[in-house]
Amino acid sequence: MNNEWPLYEVFIRGKHGLSHRHVGSVHATDSQHAIQNARDVYTRRNEGVSIWVIPSMQIVASCPSDKDALFEPSEDKIYRHPSFFQIPDDVEAM
Amino acid sequence: MYAQMIKSEETYEDPKKLMAFQARIDDGDRIEPKDWMPKGYRKTLIRQIGQHAHSEIVGQLPEGNWITRAPSLERKAILLAKVQDEAGHGLYLYCAAETLGVSRDELTEMLLNGQMKYSSIFSYPALTWADMGVIGWLIDGAAILNQVPLQRTSYGPYARAMVRICKEESFHQRQGFDIMIKMVNGTAEQKHMAQDALNRLWYPSLMMFGPPDAESVHSEQSMRWKIKINSNDELRQKFVNQTVPQAEYLGLSIPDINLNWNERKQSYDFSQPDWSEFFDVLEGNGPASVDRIEARQAAWEDGAWVREARIAHAEKKNMAILAAE
Ligand SMILES: [Fe+2]
Ligand SMILES: [Fe+2]
Repeated sequence: MNNEWPLYEVFIRGKHGLSHRHVGSVHATDSQHAIQNARDVYTRRNEGVSIWVIPSMQIVASCPSDKDALFEPSEDKIYRHPSFFQIPDDVEAM
Repeated sequence: MYAQMIKSEETYEDPKKLMAFQARIDDGDRIEPKDWMPKGYRKTLIRQIGQHAHSEIVGQLPEGNWITRAPSLERKAILLAKVQDEAGHGLYLYCAAETLGVSRDELTEMLLNGQMKYSSIFSYPALTWADMGVIGWLIDGAAILNQVPLQRTSYGPYARAMVRICKEESFHQRQGFDIMIKMVNGTAEQKHMAQDALNRLWYPSLMMFGPPDAESVHSEQSMRWKIKINSNDELRQKFVNQTVPQAEYLGLSIPDINLNWNERKQSYDFSQPDWSEFFDVLEGNGPASVDRIEARQAAWEDGAWVREARIAHAEKKNMAILAAE
């Protein structure tokens, strides 16, 4: 069985001015078809105002084994967070 | 449940890797598709998610049969929406299974050739309109009890599919209970239909949770992997405790002479279903088993030309684009 419809990843924008969010995938033969299927499968209850689809093959993902190389460098830079700094109590809202 | 008697696969792999994997699970980490996982974890999950998906799809059949015979346009629209949700549930779950490296077509073929199963409950026929009520009330009700904890299961895509599904199940159970309320407040004949449906589907509903814990051989590993969260008996007891007062509200009697409130354990005592019937049904010998697989086989064969035509059309369009370039 190599005649399976290709897989598309589905992203949906909810109502409240948010970014598109990944919700799952559908099988479809072309992008228009993928949007129709995504509508039926993922928006039966007004979940969205906009749909993006992309062939799953086109997604480039980082590798779990690269996790440390990618993300560890930011771990020790705690000064990037505002809570690193002590602001005297006399200074009001900042 | 929707996935019953899932055999856990043993795993013979690098003990260090296995320990690290188990530690992640114990920490409440979610396992994602590209992460390393034991072969047994992957195989068990494919079997469990696959059976769950098949149950959603086959589960459309008993209710689908009643869409054309619904007693009003409103009930017809509601039932149609409910059955469409179940198709959606099947698709969310097939997606989750596919992230483990099995294709949807492979899963379908394994259902059709009997290698994979679906929940025993859907091998019982839906004989009257009251069955639509009992299915929503009890079967979706039982499904909720099983699926809510699975939202915390260790495999990310499975957990996320469960979150989507759980959001939709409450409508299913309520529309069923609403049918029951209508029936028990109707004519004597309607009330009789409601009682009859409960009589037929009570024990099959109890079977949904799988065999008693003492005989549930594969639970331990699955619980350690957090792909099973509660024991069968625990969920069954919860189901009985929550359902009895609802039946009382409806004025229907549960067909069990041993049903009794047990003050000491603050729970109902109740009779076990006939477990030999359960194993028989799971083997494909339920009253509607043959019908169900025949219907799925026919859908698969009748849909073949659509699957092929869409591929052919897409290929032709791509050729035209290439030619134009
Ligand atoms: Fe469902
Ligand atoms: Fe449901």
